[in-house]
Amino acid sequence: MRIAVASGKGGTGKTTVATTLALSLAAQGQTLSFLDCDVEAPNAHIFLQPEFQHTQEVVRLIPQVEAQRCTGCGRCAEVCQYHAIVVLGQKTLVFSELCHGCGSCTLECPEKAIREIPEKLGILEAGHTPQQIQFARGLLDVGEPMAVPVIHQLKKWQTSQIEEIEIWDSPPGTSCPVVESIRGAGFLLLVTEPTPFGLHDLKLAAQLGAELEIPAGVVINRDGIGDTRVEEFCQESAIPILMRIPLERQIGEGIAQGKSLIEIRPEYRERFQEMFAQIGALCAAEDWQ
Amino acid sequence: MKIIITASSDKIDQPFNPRFGRAEYFILMDSETKEWEAFVNPAADSRGGAGPLAVQFIAKKGADVVISGRFGPSAYTALEAAGIKAYFASDGSVNQVLQQFLDGQLEVAGEASGPGMHGRGR
Repeated sequence: MRIAVASGKGGTGKTTVATTLALSLAAQGQTLSFLDCDVEAPNAHIFLQPEFQHTQEVVRLIPQVEAQRCTGCGRCAEVCQYHAIVVLGQKTLVFSELCHGCGSCTLECPEKAIREIPEKLGILEAGHTPQQIQFARGLLDVGEPMAVPVIHQLKKWQTSQIEEIEIWDSPPGTSCPVVESIRGAGFLLLVTEPTPFGLHDLKLAAQLGAELEIPAGVVINRDGIGDTRVEEFCQESAIPILMRIPLERQIGEGIAQGKSLIEIRPEYRERFQEMFAQIGALCAAEDWQ
Repeated sequence: MKIIITASSDKIDQPFNPRFGRAEYFILMDSETKEWEAFVNPAADSRGGAGPLAVQFIAKKGADVVISGRFGPSAYTALEAAGIKAYFASDGSVNQVLQQFLDGQLEVAGEASGPGMHGRGR
C-alpha cells in the first residue's frame, strides 16, 4: 500500500498528517517506509528524527559536444524537447540549466560526437527512525531548478527491503514535482483546510489525482474555520472525508514546539489507525470495481 | 546587413515587441536593399528554452544584428556564439526602431538583462 499525501495549498498540514500516520502505524507494530518527496524543503525529519546511515548523490547527465567530431548537422537540436542544445553554424552549444538529461541528443548524434557528463543535482539520505520506520529523503542543491530527477531517484532508491506500507510526503502545488511524487501511489490523501484558499487548491490537486487515476480521500485540517464549501465540493465529487482535525490552540502550540500530533493528543494514534483501515477498504473496493 | 527586430505582428508600421524569445514575429530587414520579411517566431510558444531556439532560428536567417527590449542569459550566450550583435530599443513601431538603429541611437546590449527563466519562461 503506497499512500501519497498531497494538498495543493502549502501549509495545510501535509507533513503533520503524513508523519502522524507513520507514527500511528509504527505504534501498531506495522513495518513501513516514509519518503519525504518535498526535496526543495524537506521537513518530515523534524517530526520523525531519523538517523541517516546512507547517502547518495543525484546526478543529471549533461551532453558535452566534441567540437572536432561535430559536423553541425543539427540533429541534436531537432530532438531536444527543451532547446537545451542548439546549433549555430558550426558551433553546438549546450545550456545545462535547460537540460533534463534525457539522453536523446547523445543517442541521435550520427557522428557520436556527444558524451554525457554527470552533474550533481542533490543528494538522497536514508536511515531509520527510533520507531524503526525506514526513512528516506531527497535534498535538491540550492540554485538547482529541477526537483523532478531528485524525486524520481528517491522513489527508485532501495537501501533496505521493500516495506508493505509506504508513505510519500509530497511537495505543495500541482506542478511536475508533485506529479512525480504521487505517480504510482495506490491512494492519494489530500490535506486541506476549509477556507476559499484550501478549496481552490484542493480542486486542482483532486483533478490531478483523477487524471492519474489514483483514488483519493480528504483530511480537513483546522476544521471549524472558514466555510462549508470544501465539504460541499467533496460531496459533489464523491471524495470521502476521512478525518477532521479541529483548529485547537494546544495542537498548534505543540506542532510549533516540534512535537508530533500523537505526542500532543495521543487519541489521534487510534484515529489514524482507523483511517488507515478505511483507506485499505476504499482501495479494496476500487480494485473490486 | 541583415537586421532582426522583434515584433507582435507581421507589419512594420505596428509596435515592436520588447521580448526576445517570446515575441510573436521576427521582422528581417536588409539595410542595403530596404527589403523586409516577417517570420513567425518558432520559439514563441515553446515550453522552455525559447531564447536559444530563437537565436538558432535567426542565425539560420543570416541575421547580423538583433534589436529587442531584453535578452535573457541563455539567449545572450547563444547570440554571442552566433556572432549576432544585440541592441536595445524601448518603444516605437518596427519602422521607427529600425530608423533609430540606422541613426546610431540604440545602445549595444553589453550583457544579458536580468536572470533567466531556465526553461520556465511561459
